[in-house]
Formats: sequence, structure tokens, C-alpha cells
Amino acid sequence: MIQTENLSKRFNDFLAVDRVSLQVSSGQVLALLGPNGAGKTTTLRMLTSVLKPSTGWARVAGYDVVRQAARVRASVGILTEQHGLYGRMTAVEYLDFFGQIYHMSPNIRRKRTDTLLQQFGLGDERKRRIGEYSKGMRQKLALARALYHDPPVLLMDEPTSAMDPESARLVRDAIQGLRNARRTIIVCTHNLPEAEELADKIAIIQRGRIIISGSVGELKNRLLGTPQYEVHLGVNLDGFTFHLPEAARQTAQGEDWIRYQVDDPRQANPQVVQSLVSQNLPVVGLYEVPRSLEKVYLQAVGSEGNDTLQMNEYPGAEAETEHAG
Amino acid sequence: MLADLLPALIITRREIRDQLRDWRIVLPIVVLTLIFPFLANFTTQRILGFVQKYGANLLAERFIPFLLMIVGFFPISISLVIALESFAGETERRSIEPLLSSPLTDSQLYIGKLLACVLTPLFASYLGMGVYLVGIYYTTSWRTEPQFLLLIGLLTGVQALVMVSGAVVISTQTTSVRAANLLASFIIIPVALLIQVEAVMMLWADYQVLWWAVLGQVVLAGLLVRMGVTHMNREELLGHELDTLNLRWTWRAFSTQFIGEAHSVKQWYLHEIPRTLRKLLLPAGLMILVLAAVTFLGAVEVKNLGISPGTLGLDRLQVIDSQILGQLRQYGFFTASSVAAIWWHNLRAVSIAAVLGIFTLGVVGVLVLMLPMGIIGFVTGAASLTGLSPLTTWAAFSMPHGLLEIPALILSGAAILQLGASFVTPHYRPSIGEGLISALADWAKVTLGVVVPLFLLSAILEVFVSPHLMARLLGGG
Repeated sequence: MIQTENLSKRFNDFLAVDRVSLQVSSGQVLALLGPNGAGKTTTLRMLTSVLKPSTGWARVAGYDVVRQAARVRASVGILTEQHGLYGRMTAVEYLDFFGQIYHMSPNIRRKRTDTLLQQFGLGDERKRRIGEYSKGMRQKLALARALYHDPPVLLMDEPTSAMDPESARLVRDAIQGLRNARRTIIVCTHNLPEAEELADKIAIIQRGRIIISGSVGELKNRLLGTPQYEVHLGVNLDGFTFHLPEAARQTAQGEDWIRYQVDDPRQANPQVVQSLVSQNLPVVGLYEVPRSLEKVYLQAVGSEGNDTLQMNEYPGAEAETEHAG
Repeated sequence: MLADLLPALIITRREIRDQLRDWRIVLPIVVLTLIFPFLANFTTQRILGFVQKYGANLLAERFIPFLLMIVGFFPISISLVIALESFAGETERRSIEPLLSSPLTDSQLYIGKLLACVLTPLFASYLGMGVYLVGIYYTTSWRTEPQFLLLIGLLTGVQALVMVSGAVVISTQTTSVRAANLLASFIIIPVALLIQVEAVMMLWADYQVLWWAVLGQVVLAGLLVRMGVTHMNREELLGHELDTLNLRWTWRAFSTQFIGEAHSVKQWYLHEIPRTLRKLLLPAGLMILVLAAVTFLGAVEVKNLGISPGTLGLDRLQVIDSQILGQLRQYGFFTASSVAAIWWHNLRAVSIAAVLGIFTLGVVGVLVLMLPMGIIGFVTGAASLTGLSPLTTWAAFSMPHGLLEIPALILSGAAILQLGASFVTPHYRPSIGEGLISALADWAKVTLGVVVPLFLLSAILEVFVSPHLMARLLGGG
């Protein structure tokens, strides 16, 4: 698992990461979202013991990132934003090189190379120089390198950028598989649908600070309000008078649909359906109005800038910090 | 130790394989290894034929080993390019981060890359020298002693190591190959000068000096490797993205270290100066030893050089009396301007020593400060030949101003040693820049707070008291 408490990093005058507290358990995926330069990469570098925190602490896979740096590095697989592959090597040589660094035996290295190249569809390209690979192929190879020593913790910076949809799906499936295998994963991404699909928890970081964190549902509730539903009816509502139960607040209405908001959908939605049917309004469909993570993100990032407002508006951020401690 | 080295060799193997796949490295190496020796061989034969016409066989004999050295040097010059690229290139291509995120230690990364930078060019160099030697043997039957071949081999090897270790240090401290290349002149110029001196020694056939050159370069390479290991850290490689000069930060770092926690001049003198002096205890101890040794050596050298009392006019020391004091008065010596001149001279000397110390890991800076003590030792030794007591002579030349001037010299030298050591001290500071600024601030603190006042007081004594004591001790006046 990954645990950080008030983790900060200062470069001379610049505070890159400011008191970040996180907790990601085994089998969980945390999506770290934020604008460019928000401190995501610096956070990941501290979690791989590449950079030393200026203040605060972090434990990765049970090891302290400062005092047990070598163990941390051995336990982490990292996919960097820029893959930095060696263009004159073949994929096999490249993976084998990292396998040696991680003290893997030749036999295991051979098997692991075959498995991963096959998994990411690079089996036929194994003897080609990496310099001849496409962007997507390089990304897959970099991911294979991150997974090569089967680390319990995975840190991924933009894992599907530059990939075609098919390859991106392959990678997302791989991440899901790793989650099921109880790996602890942090994904930094600008791809919000991907974050929504993959992540158990989301943390939005801006100017080095976690401005809000929680599950996707929690964030949506906190920033966009309680969920809205749209009920589609089998009749035209023009000139029709109807009423909704108290638990539902109508927010909009169309020719043959009604939109309403509820605090507790499990309790309210059956009441709404029952009420409409009893008023001779046949219900043909009930849908939750989509609340995109993009809206959550934009709202969070947009209203950040006033620290007091931020903490008041998102008490969850404070709660999360305390919880992590 | 070996277990620590093995992971480094993984890096070395990969890098060498990469080098051998890069035609920009392979082609020059092939040319310099296999074609240049033939050209050198041809040149040697032409020159031999030419000089033998005039009976200058000695010159011809010495030209062969000289060209052997040059044939060996050319391929190792490529090591500089490879080394400059080693970390800066990987940082630029972003391939360094997966390596830095691996369990390899900083030292393993450094040693692995250092070996990779040295081995290929050095192998090419020895191959080229071999080709040249075989060619020369078949064309001129020239042969030499194995000891000489060992000397040339070692000289070539340590030169490669010095260049590479210096270049790798530069490479770890820059974020682009361009920046590393710009800084390469710090290596190219000294090495070019060194090669010229070695070439002269080679033509002079003073091979003893070349052995000393090997030893000196081994020490230098050792210091540079230590410096590289010290400052090769992940933080440095990924912590900064641009090679910009942040003057504001530099000034703030300097002034913070200079002022410390003091809020007034009194506090600065009472707390900060003693704290800095305590930091300088070890280098100050070293300086005392060095100055004592050089004074003694100065005295001993009198015998070795066969100096006689009359050679330097030292026999006249015994006639220093009140007349001389009168002459000094006549020349206007006993004035405030003499005090200012002596004070300024001493200050200039320690400032120059500090500047030289920065560029030479403190070595030349300390050498500059050793010089006056060596001269005093020499004069004392020479004076003793005239029957004067060495102690009396020493006291006559150094007292009482030396009571202040020598401690000032010791403190200044200690601060300069610390300046040099800041480059090679492990984890002294996170970066070379910060270490240097901190050591510079300490130097400035000691110079301004202690050395400058001591020099002023010693200059006053040197002008108004020391001549009288000298006259009394040496002339009985």
C-alpha cells in the first residue's frame, strides 16, 4: 500500500508539492488528476525514492521512502510520462537489461519477456530495434518494463497517452487485472473517462496541494450535488398535471420526460415510479443524468485559488488528510 | 565490494553495446585505431629519414615514443564525448528516470557509466598503440623496454580516467548535452596543457617526471571519481530541469550562510564566527602541518641546493642595525601607507589563493599560501649558515607580526581547503552549487571577520614594531 503524510517538496524557492496526504490500499487504483505542473510527477518521484521529500513522510509497500529507498525502488514499477527507451536495443534486450538490474534469473527473465511481449501484442516485434517502434508500441514496452519485476506497487504517468483505442483498452484491461491481483496503483492522467473507469479513488492536485479526494461518487456528490434522474413516460405531458413524491425535487421537464433530484435514490426512485404509475403515467425508462468527472474536475480546479474557500468548500479534503494520518 | 560492482557492470555492458551500435562512435574509433597508426608510422619514417640525413639520431629516437603517446591519446579523446553525453544525454532523452527508479545505488550507476566511458576508447587506444608499435618494429626495428611501455600505457590510462571522471562530473551536473559540451573546456584546456608538458618531457626523455605525472593524475582521477560519486545523486539529476543561473537564490543562499542566525554584528562575532571556526578545525590542523612542513623543507633545501652564506647576501644580516632603521625611516616605511600596502598585499594574496583554490580543489590555493612560509624556512636555513641561530633568524623575520599573520594565513588556508573539499565531500550539501556557496560564505565570513582584522593588526606591527625587533635580534641594536 501507499501512505503519505504531509509530503512536501521544495526546489529552492518553488514549492512543487505541498503537504500531500494520501492512502491507497492493496487492490486499489488512485487516479491523481491535475493540470500540468500541478506536482503529480514530483509526487510520483518521491514515491519512487528518486526525490527526497522536503518535509513529511511516505511509506510505499511498507517501506519508508527515505530510509529504505532501495527496497522502495525494488517494490515499485514506474511508467514515466516520457518513456525514455533505448532506441538501439531490441525489446527483448531492453526488458532483459532491466530484469538483470532487478536481479531476476535468466530463466525467469526469458519467461517474463515472452509473457509481457505477448500480452501487449509486441511478440512479433521482439527483434526489432526500439527506435523503429511507433509511439504506441513504445508506450506498451515501457509499461511492460514497469511490470517486468512484478512489483506490488505501480505508479503510472499517462499510461495510455499516444495509444490507439484498441491498445488503450488493452492497457486498461491490464490495469484492471493488476487491481484484481491486489496491486496498489496510482495513475496520473488527463484522460478523465479513463480515470473514472479505472479509479477507486480520485485525488485532484493543484499547485502542489490535494484540493479534493474521494471516490468518484463522493466527488460528484460533493461538487455537483446529489444525483439527478430522468424518467421517460409513455404519454405526452402537455397539459397534464402531475406531482412527485416529497423525496424528489423536480428540476426540469420535457415533452415526455421529467428530471428530478433525490438525496437517496434507493428510497426515492421506487416512490417516484410508483407515484407516476398511480397517476396513469406509464414509465418507459429511468436514467441517471450523467455527471461527468470532467465537470467535477473543472469545478474543483476552477474554484481553487482561495485556500480558505477551498477547505470550507471541500471538507472532504481535510477529512482525507486526517484519515491518512 | 565485488557484489557492489556487479550491478554496475550491467550498466557498463549495456552502454558498451550501445556505443558499438553507434556509427558516430565506431567510425572515429576505427579510423583512429587502425588507420591513424599507419599514418603515424609513415610520418615517423619520413622524419627518421629526414633527421638522419643531418645526423640528429637522438631526435629521431625520441620522436617514436612521442608519437606513440599521441597515437594512444587520440582514441581516448573520444571518451570525453561519450562521458559528457553519459548522464546529460540520458537526462535529455529522459531515459535516465527508469534507471534512477531502479534499485541500483547512485555509486553503481556512476561507476557503471564511468567504466563504459573509459573501456571502449581505452581498448581502442591500446589497440592503436599496438598497431603503431608493430608497424614501427617492422619498418625501423625500434624496440623499447617493457618498463617504458608500461609507463606509456599507464599514462594513457590515467589520462582517459581523468578526462572521463571530470566529464562525468560535468555530465551529472548539467541537464543537456549542449551545456555539458560548453563546460567541457574545463577539461579540454587543462588536458591539452598537460599533453604539451608530457610531450616536452617525452622529447626530453625525462621519463622520471612522467612517472610523477602518472602518480599526480592517479590522485586527480581519484579525487574526480570521489567528486563524481559524491555528487551523482538522483535528486540532482531530476531535481532541476534547466541550467539557469538563479542569482537571487544564489545571493540568498550565500547571505543566509554568511549571516547565520545573528541579528547584530556582536551576535555574529560571538556566535557565528566561533561556529565557523569550529567547522574549520580539521582543515586548520592540516594547514598547520602543511605550513610547518614547508618551513622545514625550505630550511632543508638550503643544503640540497648548496647555498653559501654569500650567495644571497645573507652574511650581511648581521649588520642590520639602527642605521638600517634610519634608512627605512628615510624611505617613509614607518607610515600608515606602508601599513595599507602590506595589508592590501596580504589580502590580495589570500583572495587570489581562494580563487585558485576553487578551480583546483583547494590545492593551488594552499600552495600559494605555503610559499611565504617556504621562503621564511629557506631564509632561516640560509641564515643559519652564517652562524646565526635559526630560531633568532626566524623570530627576526616573523615576529611579532607573525603572531597574527600566521594564524590569519592558517585560517584563510583552512577556509580555502574547505572550499576545495566542498566539491569532493560526500553529502556535504545536496548539490555542488550549494556546497560551494556555503563554503564560499564560510571563507568570506572568516576572511572578513577574522583574517582582515588580523592582517591589519599584523601590518601595523610589521611596520612599526617588527623592524625594531629585527634590528635588535640581528644587529644587537
